[in-house]
Order: sequence, then structure tokens, then C-alpha cells
Amino acid sequence: MSKPRVAIFDFACCEGCQLQIVDMEEEIIDLLSVINPVEWREAMSEQSEQFDISIIEGSITRVEDEERLRSIREKSKVLVALGACAVTGGVNKLKNNFDLDDVKQFVYKDDAKMPHLNTSKTKAVCEVVKVDYNVPGCPIDVDEFAYIVRCLAIGKEPDLPTYSVCVECKKKGNICRFEYGELCLGPITLAGCGAKCPTESAACFGCRGWVEDPNVNAAKDVLEEYGLTVDDLKSKMKLFGSQQENTI
Amino acid sequence: MSKAVDINVKHVTRVEGHGNIVVKADDGSIEKVEWQVPEAPRFFEAMVRGNNYDDIQTIVSRICGICSASHSLAALKAVEDALDVKVSEQTRKLRILLNYAEQIESHVLHVGYLVAPDLLGVKSVVPLVSSHPDLVKTIIAAHRLGNEMMSLIGGRRTHPVSVKVGGFSRIPTESQLKDLKKKLEDSVPKLKVIAEAVLGLADKLPAFERDTEYISITNPDHYTFYDGDIFSTDIDKTVDIHDFESVANEYVSAQSTAKWTKWHRDSFAVGALARFNNNADQLLPLAKSIADMFGLKKGCCNPYFNNVAQIVEVVQVVEHSLKLIGELLEDGLDPEASKPPKVETKAGEGVGCVEAPRGILFHRYKFDDNGICTGANICIPTNQNHGNIQKDFEELVPQFISADKTEDEIRLGLEMLVRAYDPCISCSTHYLDVEFV
Repeated sequence: MSKPRVAIFDFACCEGCQLQIVDMEEEIIDLLSVINPVEWREAMSEQSEQFDISIIEGSITRVEDEERLRSIREKSKVLVALGACAVTGGVNKLKNNFDLDDVKQFVYKDDAKMPHLNTSKTKAVCEVVKVDYNVPGCPIDVDEFAYIVRCLAIGKEPDLPTYSVCVECKKKGNICRFEYGELCLGPITLAGCGAKCPTESAACFGCRGWVEDPNVNAAKDVLEEYGLTVDDLKSKMKLFGSQQENTI
Repeated sequence: MSKAVDINVKHVTRVEGHGNIVVKADDGSIEKVEWQVPEAPRFFEAMVRGNNYDDIQTIVSRICGICSASHSLAALKAVEDALDVKVSEQTRKLRILLNYAEQIESHVLHVGYLVAPDLLGVKSVVPLVSSHPDLVKTIIAAHRLGNEMMSLIGGRRTHPVSVKVGGFSRIPTESQLKDLKKKLEDSVPKLKVIAEAVLGLADKLPAFERDTEYISITNPDHYTFYDGDIFSTDIDKTVDIHDFESVANEYVSAQSTAKWTKWHRDSFAVGALARFNNNADQLLPLAKSIADMFGLKKGCCNPYFNNVAQIVEVVQVVEHSLKLIGELLEDGLDPEASKPPKVETKAGEGVGCVEAPRGILFHRYKFDDNGICTGANICIPTNQNHGNIQKDFEELVPQFISADKTEDEIRLGLEMLVRAYDPCISCSTHYLDVEFV
């Protein structure tokens, strides 16, 4: 079987997810044995017009970027959204809580009307084109990324978690962050990160997005026990999930 | 000479973010030389408004994947300044170690993965894996050390989670710090190998000099990355960080979605070479010996030597880390001393400043009585360098043309210049394209 041609493209983001891929160090050499990277601007100078799998990092914030994304989609057999910005819009969607003229005016003052400073509502990749696979998280979990890419390379359907971060956190044997008086989004956030933040003594802030079918009743019981409400959770989810209900 | 130069490179590769270079020249006359930054702006300063003071660090660390620790630290310091929160000496030292981890990780990544391919005449680090396996393995080991140090102190290697307003949610154990100390000690010979490899290729760095204003923070006690006042090669007294707007003087350029800056001249430079030029007298012995090895001296104004200054700084921060870890272990680690305090919110405004790998980074936030952010101003290093890259281009392109360089050579020389500044355009908004029209 020939190795699939893989291209990585970035839109509005911090490029931290690409950095996770760079940080795989020697393991990336191993991953290269099953794929053929043909374009990756951050790491290599080669460019390509032909690829089988496109990996999209970042959210879409301008009309011209939507056009570029559509053109990439047309050339791709499989399109993967990489990281919170691509999957849900990530922190970039905080912008959508404001009027666009207001954000432009606030940052660029009198120059806000200059055409090159134009911006649109921030969108997740799936709000513009069809997405085949998501690698959620801010930043991504590289093991999950490598697993998904390997599956795609050999034509296997990846088997990904459908449960919440709490499940992984319990498995780790962590003390619940609610016990520390913190508001943790573990009960409603999609697992797959190994409950990285709670394991490092920090509450989950929901960077992987909502779990599809959260156990709301159990979450309510937990919240009640600590004098909190579902609205408290929802308000915290704004950090990485402003208007996320449109995308998940 | 009658040659027409018409180069159009869109999106310079091996940099973070997107930028363009546009040059058009004919018959020795230059019509256009532009450094363009068309990255999609993300409006962090506007979108942090309405968020709680203790969420600011989580949001703004996402300005940049490479310097997320620096953004976290600048933000925390600004919030603490606004809300009058003091941190312990132990917290201060651990934060400096986090900043150093990022300097190691970022500088090694830049010199090893992004610049070395230019010096060795290839397009990426990938072919070097087979042509220079030992060097690549050494670079990977040094890069990994930076990441491990970041994970240990910050909770993970990108977008730290254990740093909090007033302290840490958890700190390393003494045995973890001892392990780190051993790894840092073991890294010194490896760093010398990298330095020697670059020294062997230093003749590939163009001999271009342009008198430049260099800006960094400075501190009378040590070569500083974490705390100090603003200093420039053009002044003889320092400026308080609270007055950073009078230094940065940000303005909008039609060439760029990222703002540009200027102070005493049309542009200035920040970053490793700026810090070196302002603070070299305070280098620790090993770092000093690496600078001497390259003949790098204060007053160097060859922007390509920023890469050399980065190597010197990696050694400097490893050396200083060993000293700091020694002090932390001698005093004994006390989790209580870094426990985040209960914060009383109040209306106020604060400034935080650190040296990110690419240069001086400023954050300013305003809060209402409830600790809700009502305004922000963030001035990042790459923005501060954009105007200087443009000025370098304007002087460099005529030199290249006079030297009868080919279009490919000019393109490479300009791309190398951009890479020398290690721009982090995702920070500055996000973009870099080279276009010779």
C-alpha cells in the first residue's frame, strides 16, 4: 500500500498543536514511516498541490480563509481538524461575544477601517467544510493524534472515547477538583487527554469540547453537593466553548 | 547592472505564522521592498474583556504555542500588579525556571530545526536526520530537555496549567528538581557540541551590519529575563515597565495586520541579540566562553547573529538554572510558600513584563471591582521587530543586487534574515509571505 500524502495547513491559532507534533521528536520519524508529508509550512519548505489527507489547524476568521479552506477540502480525500481552534473554534470564539466593529475598534482604534484588518465571526472548520475526523484539545494530545493518523494510514476506523474527562480522572485516582473548591469541567468535557490538567492539580477548563451525551443528572448531583449549578459550568465553558453548541 | 529582480515568495516557511516578502527591482533601481504580515488577527486584547482575573492566563497563553509560558508569566505578573498580590521568593525562582525552560525549548527549536537547514543547504530538518544523525539527535535531546523542564514546572509543555495568580497549584518535589539538575548538568557538553557545529557553519551567516537600536529589560543584579526595567542601546537610564507604551509606540502599517513599533529611531530590535547587547557583561562564565568562541561582542549589529546570541543564552539559562535549583534545594521546597492566596478583588490596572525568547513582552490589564477584565494592551516581541525587518530589507536588498546575487540567492538571504529574527507571527497576529513582485 502506498503511503498517503499528508499536508498540514494552519489558519488562525497559536500553532501550539503543530508544536506538539514537532515535540514528538524521534517518534515523528516513526510516524513518517506510514505517511508521506508533502506540505508543512512551519517545518519544511516544500509545497504541494496534491494530497490525500489534509490536517487543518486553527479556526476560520476571514472570508478569504473560508475560500482557501474550501479549496483545500476539494483536493483532500480525508480532512482532519486539528486542535480546539479547528474543532470548536477554541478561545478564538471569545471574539464572537462582541460586535465585530467593537473588537476591531478596540484593537486598531482609528485604523480599524483599513481593509487589510477585516475580520469575520470566528468559525470552527466544520462550520465551513465537511470534517472527517477531529483531534480535539488545546493543545492536542500527541498520542491521540498519532493514533488517528496511523488508523487513517492503514484504513482503520479510529476507536475514540465517547465519555467524559471524569472517567479518565477517576481511573488516575485523582482527588476531585471540586473537593478543592474549584469549578471543574470534567463532567461535561470529552475525554481522550488522560485528564491531563486535573492530574497536574488544575481544574479541567473544557478545551476538548462538550462530550456528546453528558450524564447531566450525575453532574447536577455533584454540583449540588458543592453548592454549584449547571449555569456555573456553562459559564466556565465559555472559555473554550463560546457558541460551541453550533459546532458540536 | 541590468538584471530584473522579481521574486514573490508567499508564506515564508520554517517560521511560526505567515509572512510575505515582496521585492521588485529592475536595472538596479528598486521599486518595492516590503516585509508583509497578512496573518489573520485574533483580537485577544478585545476578547479577554468580560473574563475573570484568574482566567486571563489561560486565555492569553493561547496567543502563542511556542512562548505560552512567557505570555502566562507576563499575564500573571500584570494581574498581581493590578490586584496587589505578592509572590514568595520560591514562586519567583520557580517561575524563572519556567521561563528558562521556554528559552531552551524555543531557542533550540529555532536554531536546530528552523535555521540549521539553511546553514546546511537543505529545506528542512528531515534530510538532516540521515545526513547528520548525531547532530540531530543532540538537538532533539536539548529540545526535549526544555520540554521536560516545562512539564515539570508548568504542568505540561505548552500552555502551562500549574501557574496561578499568586503561586502554583502544585510544585515539583525535591527529588524531581534533583533529577532536573542532573539532566541540566549532563546537557552542557551536548550544548557545546551544538555550538561547535554552528560555529563550523557561521561563515554561512551573511556579513550584514546595520546600526540598530536594541531594547530589552535590564537588572543590576543579573542577566535578566524575568524582572527589571526597560533599557535601550540609545539611552543611558532605564524606563519603568509601567511606561511601556511610551517605548513601544505601536502603530498600524498598511503592510501588516500586526502592529509595528518605534522609539528613538524608525524601528528597533528585541530578542536574544538585544538582550546580549544590553546585558552581556552579566553573562555567567560558561555562556561568556561560548560568546567568546564566536567572537560575539557587545555592539554586534548583524541581525543574523541573533542565532548565535540564542546559543549563548541557552547556555546562560542552563547555567543559571543550576544555580537557582541549588538555592531552592538548599532552602528546602515548601508547598505552602507557593500556595495561591485568596485574592481580594478590586478595581485596578497592572502591567507585567518578561523577556520571551523573541524579546521583551508587555501585558497591561484593567479590572473592575469584581476582578472582571475591562481592557487590555498586549505588546509582543515579534511586532516590535517587524519594522526593523523592513529597515534591514531596505538596506540589504541594494547590497545583494550590487553584489550581483541571483534571484534565488536574494530570496534565501531575505528569508534567512526573517528567520534570524525568529518571528512568531502567530503571536503578533499570525502571518509571513515573501513576494518579489
